[in-house]
Amino acid sequence: MQELLDIFRSLDWSPLWISLKTGVVATILCFFLGLWAARGVLRLGSRARAVIDGFLTLPMVLPPTVAGFFLLLIFSLRRPFGSYLYHEMGIKVVQTWLGCIIAASVIAFPLMYRNARAAFEQVDENLIYAGRTLGMSEGEIFRRVVIPTARPGIVSGAILTFARALGEYGATSMLAGNIAGKTGTISQKIATAIVQNGDYVTAGIWVAVVMLIAFGIVVLMNLTTGGKRERRW
Amino acid sequence: MIEAVIKKDLGSFKLDVAFTAGDEILALLGGSGCGKSLTLRAIAGIITPDSGYIAVNGRVFFDSEHGINLPPQKRHVGLLFQNYALFPTMTVLQNIMTGVRTGTRAQRRAAAEEAAERFQLQGLEDRLPSELSGGQQQRAALARIMVGRPELLMLDEPFSALDSHLRDRMEREVTAVLRDFGGTTLLVSHSRDEVFRMADSIAVYNAGQIDAIGEKHELFRDPGTLTAAMLTGCKNFSAVSHLRHENGRTVFTADDWGMELSVRGEKTGDIAGLRRHYAELADAPGENTYQMEVVSVLEDPFEYVVFLRRPGFDGKPFEWAVTKKEYAALPKGRLLLRFPDEALMLLEE
Repeated sequence: MQELLDIFRSLDWSPLWISLKTGVVATILCFFLGLWAARGVLRLGSRARAVIDGFLTLPMVLPPTVAGFFLLLIFSLRRPFGSYLYHEMGIKVVQTWLGCIIAASVIAFPLMYRNARAAFEQVDENLIYAGRTLGMSEGEIFRRVVIPTARPGIVSGAILTFARALGEYGATSMLAGNIAGKTGTISQKIATAIVQNGDYVTAGIWVAVVMLIAFGIVVLMNLTTGGKRERRW
Repeated sequence: MIEAVIKKDLGSFKLDVAFTAGDEILALLGGSGCGKSLTLRAIAGIITPDSGYIAVNGRVFFDSEHGINLPPQKRHVGLLFQNYALFPTMTVLQNIMTGVRTGTRAQRRAAAEEAAERFQLQGLEDRLPSELSGGQQQRAALARIMVGRPELLMLDEPFSALDSHLRDRMEREVTAVLRDFGGTTLLVSHSRDEVFRMADSIAVYNAGQIDAIGEKHELFRDPGTLTAAMLTGCKNFSAVSHLRHENGRTVFTADDWGMELSVRGEKTGDIAGLRRHYAELADAPGENTYQMEVVSVLEDPFEYVVFLRRPGFDGKPFEWAVTKKEYAALPKGRLLLRFPDEALMLLEE
């Protein structure tokens, strides 16, 4: 027992803060981008919609390392764009916390986008038509009718996005690396603790932390979106 | 005042209608899927016709020839949706406020409060639509529309979502609102009774086209087509032969009933219609008067439907509706019945 307390006391808690910060920032980013993309996609013709939707959903169905590959292709300092960003504008993505955010955002984005889109599609189109005949502008209808009506779906999308961004591993390790106190997230900490050091105690603590957060998130989601439905069985 | 010519091809269904209406209530009557709601949507600007012309009170909403197509926001028409389309996350008052088009926030709020009172929604202003009864929802939706002073009112099956006991009451309330409005109103309905009670004129829809249009009494007297006659509640139809004109009357043989009948005026048609409420007992033989035998009887809540046929004739029986009192007084055995002019109509397919 004393042993465990000692470990807790000496534990470097930075992975928790890095993961939480990354999750929060990536969720905020994905939230607005996802709503914007979902609205844009629904205004397209059916063929263009199918193609664009496929593109936006790809990060969810591909292995995260494939996303990492493309992200490095863009942001690596040895590639034109990444080199331009670094040398001309002083922005470095690889091996930085910014890389954590970008990797997590790219991977988690489809969850926000698809949930928002599904929620928008659930909105009775007569509400939109009614808004138009009443003289409300399209923007006003979106802000005052569509978003509030689609709120439960949007909220659950945001929660899932946060959960996914929090635990991102593959693309993050490739783009941002695992620099302790800088880009070392919980997921990466768990991997290195075991693979490099065989340290099951440290890994286990982080596993417990992750499970606690994930469970909390799912319960929170059920509470916010489940409503006051009667028991069915 | 509305002028509308609307053509829209939806592949399996084609809408092709043209009508005008003054400051009156024009009902669009027809079965489901015949293009009534689509017409309202085209006028409101929710869908765009392939071609046509729509103008309300002289303002052109749509003109395919001159490339005019006003957005719904600028058409300024009130459309009452079948499910009312109240915004579920807004309170009653907020819903009504969305219909107020001009003024400061305080002025719009005052206008909405006044409308809430006018539509008997006092005390419900802060409720959500889901916390209202069906009738209250309809009042709220109407208040939201009327508060914006629309130039044209359109009601899409306004009572279909209500229980029957509420329906009668809301029908009276809505009719009062429409009379008070005084402008052009289009009322979509599949109920002949509702339409007859509420409207001045009726346009009969059939498969995307208008079969007949006219003042309601005229239309019920002389529907012109089989579909229109069926929608006005005529139940008995027969093929017609030997049609000729004599002394200002039209004489014809109703093949399915085995009777020679006549109606006032010089008419034409391939089908005869016989209204089931109009036949009467006769004392003596005469024009349009025949011996009838009772084939079967059906009891409705407030009347009997008697199925009749000429004795010895092998055609299909036709319906005659009589009140329970009249039925009790009917003589036994064969009946001598006269079919007056208002019971009969000549129709085209």
